[in-house]
Amino acid sequence: MTLNGTDGMRLDYAGERKPLGIVVAGSISDGVKARLDDGVSIEDIKVGTFVSIQGQRSRFLGVLTEIELASTDESITSAPPDMSNTLITQVMSGTMAYSTITVEPMLIIGFDTLNAPQPAKTIPPHFSRASVASEEDIQMVFGNEDAGRFYIGNPMDMEARLCLNIDELVKRSNGVFGKSGTGKTFLTRLLLIGILQHGIASNLIFDMHGEYGWRGSSEGVGQVKGLKQLFSSRVAVFTLDPKSARRRGLSPDYEVSVGYDDIEPEDIEILKDTWGLSDIAADTAYSLQRKLGKGWLRQFLEYAGGEEFSELAREMNVPHSTLSALRNRLNRLKRLQFITEGKGSNSVHEILTCLTRGIHVVLEFGRYGNDIGAYLLVANLLTRRIHERYVNLSEQASGDDAQKPRPLVITIEEAHKFLSPTIARNTIFGNIAREMRKYNVTLLVVDQRPSGIDDEVMSQLGTKIACLLDNEKDTDAVLSGVSGSRKLRTVMSRLESNRQALVFGHALPMPVVIRTREYGSPESYRELGFVEAAELKAQVERETDILFGPSGC
Amino acid sequence: MASNTQREQSDCRVGEVIEASTSEFTTQCYRLYDAPALGSLVRCGERTPTYGIVCEATTQSLDPARHTIPRGVNEATEDGIFSSNPQIERLLYTRFRAIIVGHHDGSVARRYLPPTVPRIYAFVGECDAAEMRDFSNSLEFVPLLLAAPISAQDDVIAAFLRQASATHPDAHDFLVAAGKTLATALAGQLPRLSGILGRLQ
Repeated sequence: MTLNGTDGMRLDYAGERKPLGIVVAGSISDGVKARLDDGVSIEDIKVGTFVSIQGQRSRFLGVLTEIELASTDESITSAPPDMSNTLITQVMSGTMAYSTITVEPMLIIGFDTLNAPQPAKTIPPHFSRASVASEEDIQMVFGNEDAGRFYIGNPMDMEARLCLNIDELVKRSNGVFGKSGTGKTFLTRLLLIGILQHGIASNLIFDMHGEYGWRGSSEGVGQVKGLKQLFSSRVAVFTLDPKSARRRGLSPDYEVSVGYDDIEPEDIEILKDTWGLSDIAADTAYSLQRKLGKGWLRQFLEYAGGEEFSELAREMNVPHSTLSALRNRLNRLKRLQFITEGKGSNSVHEILTCLTRGIHVVLEFGRYGNDIGAYLLVANLLTRRIHERYVNLSEQASGDDAQKPRPLVITIEEAHKFLSPTIARNTIFGNIAREMRKYNVTLLVVDQRPSGIDDEVMSQLGTKIACLLDNEKDTDAVLSGVSGSRKLRTVMSRLESNRQALVFGHALPMPVVIRTREYGSPESYRELGFVEAAELKAQVERETDILFGPSGC
Repeated sequence: MASNTQREQSDCRVGEVIEASTSEFTTQCYRLYDAPALGSLVRCGERTPTYGIVCEATTQSLDPARHTIPRGVNEATEDGIFSSNPQIERLLYTRFRAIIVGHHDGSVARRYLPPTVPRIYAFVGECDAAEMRDFSNSLEFVPLLLAAPISAQDDVIAAFLRQASATHPDAHDFLVAAGKTLATALAGQLPRLSGILGRLQ
C-alpha cells in the first residue's frame, strides 16, 4: 500500500462510472457483496441504484438491494473506540469499521456488446470493481427513445432516459400500484400517452375521477393537460354525466347512457361486495333473468309488493328477505340518471368504432365517479360487450394477424373491486387478465390495494409499476412470483412517497427504480409533441408565407 | 558522493554491531547513554545498509562480576558523580537492540529482511529526516515489527510512527494512512489498535 491516502483512486475505473467498491463475497441466490471504497460515503448510497460490476470477461448490471455497516472486530459494538479522537475516527473508518453493499446481478453483458444483455446466471469474481452504472449502461439495457420505446423516467440520481418497451407492454395486462398520493395517476397518464404515441394499440380508459380526459390534477403542479388537450384528434371523450362536463365548460364527444335492458346478472354479481349482497341474492339475479326474460330488471323493480312478491320468492325458491334485499339494492339504480328505460345509447358501437379507427376513448364518470357501484356497473357492462366483439373479431380472423382487431388496452381504477378473489373467476376482467393477448385485449389495472386482487390475476400481469406501498400484504402481492423478491422488497419499502416507482416485468429487461419524467410544464408538453394554439397559428402563417409569399405583396 | 555518504554516516554514527541475527542486531554505543531514542530508525553497514528500528536500550556494567553501586550520597548533582568518578564512563556501557525492518538493494529500499546478517563491527548510525521520510513512505514492514519478540511492542510502533510523521509534510495524513495499515494488520484486535493510535499524538 502507498501512504498517500488516495491509493484507492489510482485504480483504473472503466469509463466514467462512479466507483463504489470491490466485490468481496456473494452468491447467485443472495446477491454480490461489495466493500465500499474509502472515499465513498455510505450516506450517498441508496437502495435501488443501478450498479455495474466489471468482471474479468463480462460486465454485470444489477440493482443495489442492501447497505450494511460491518466491522472486523465484534467488540466494536460493545466497546466502541474513542470517537472524540479525530485520528482514531479517520483510521477506523473504512478499515476496522467499513460499509458493504449488496447488489443483485440481473443482466450480463459479454465482450461482444452487439448482443443484447442476457439474464445473469453467474456472478462476478472476487475483487471485481462495482460502480454506479453510466448513462451508456442505461441506454444499452433499456434502449433509446425510438419507435417501440417510450421515455418513462430517469433511474435514481441519473439524467439518463429510461425507456419502456411499449410493444412488449401492450402484449400483456399490466398494473400500476401505490398508495394514495404516490403518483399512480401520473404514471398511468404517461403510460397511456406512451401507448397512444406509439400507435400500436387503442386505449379505453374508465376515468373514474376525470383525471385523463380533458384535464387532470397533479400534486405541486395543479392542473395538467389531459389526453384530449394534448392529442385532440386522436382522443374521444365519452361521458356519463354531460351536465358535469358542461359545468366545466367542456363538450364531450359522446354521451353514454345505459338501458335497464342492457344490464345483466353478471353486472349485478360484480356489485356483490360493494352493495353487500349475499351470494344467494346475487345468484337470484340469474334466476330472475331466466324467469322474466330480457326485460327482467325493469319487471322485477316494478313488481308489486305483498303477496305477489312472496309468490315470486316461492317460485324462485329463495327466501323472501333475500329477494327483498336484492330489490332494495337494485332500486339504487334508479338514482343513476344515465340509466334509461329500454335499451340505452349505442355507446358500445360508438366506442368500438373509435377504437378500431385508432381513436382512444376516455369515459368520464363526472359526479358518478364517487359512486363505486356506478363505476363497476358501467365498466363491467361496457367491457363485457366490447370484449365479446373482440372475441368475435379475433375468431373471424382465425390466425390471420392482419385481420385481427387492433390491440386494446382497458384502463380500470380501483381494480381490486373488479378482480377480488371472490369474483375474479366469474367477471370479464378476470377473464381478460387470464387470457392475456389471445383476443388482443389487455388490462391496465390501477390500484392502491393490490392484495385485494386475485393471485392468479396478479401473476398474469406482465409489467408492474409499484409506487410506495405501506401495507406488507400489498407489497407481497406485487412482488409475488418475482425473482429476487425478498431483495426488491427492501428497495420498494424505501421508495420516496411521490414520483418514484419500482418498475419490473416484460416491458424492460430488469427491475429498476425510476423517478417519473416531468409532466405538466410547457416544455414537457412540447416534448410529447404538443404545440400550443398560438405557436401553431404562427407556424401556419409562416408556412403560408413561404408557399404564397408574404401577405400584402 | 560515496565519500560524502561515508562522512555523513560517520557524523551520525553512534556505535558498532556487536551481535547480529537474521531479524535483529545489537549495537554497543561509543559513548555512554548515546543510544538513539526508542523507535528511531537506524542504519548499519556501509555498502548494503540494513535498517532497524530501536526497540530496547540498556546501560550496565562492563564487568558482569562488578555490580554498580550508588555513588552520589555526598554529591549535590548527578553530574557531580561523573566529575568525581571519571572512570565510570569506562566501566559502564550502553547497548541497544534494533529489529531489522529492511535493507538497501542497490539504490532501492526493500522493506523486508535482508538476505544476509549484518556484520559484527558494522557501523551503526541514526537515519536523518530525509532517510526516515523515504523509508516510511511505505509501511510494508509493519508485520515484521508485529511479529518481533520484543517487550513494549506497541510503544515501539507508536514511537516510530511519531518520529516518522514529523518528517512528512502532512503529519496527520501520514498518521491516518499508517493507522489504516495497522488497522488491517490488527484486524480483530480493536483494544490494541486503539491503544497504539492513542499514543500517536
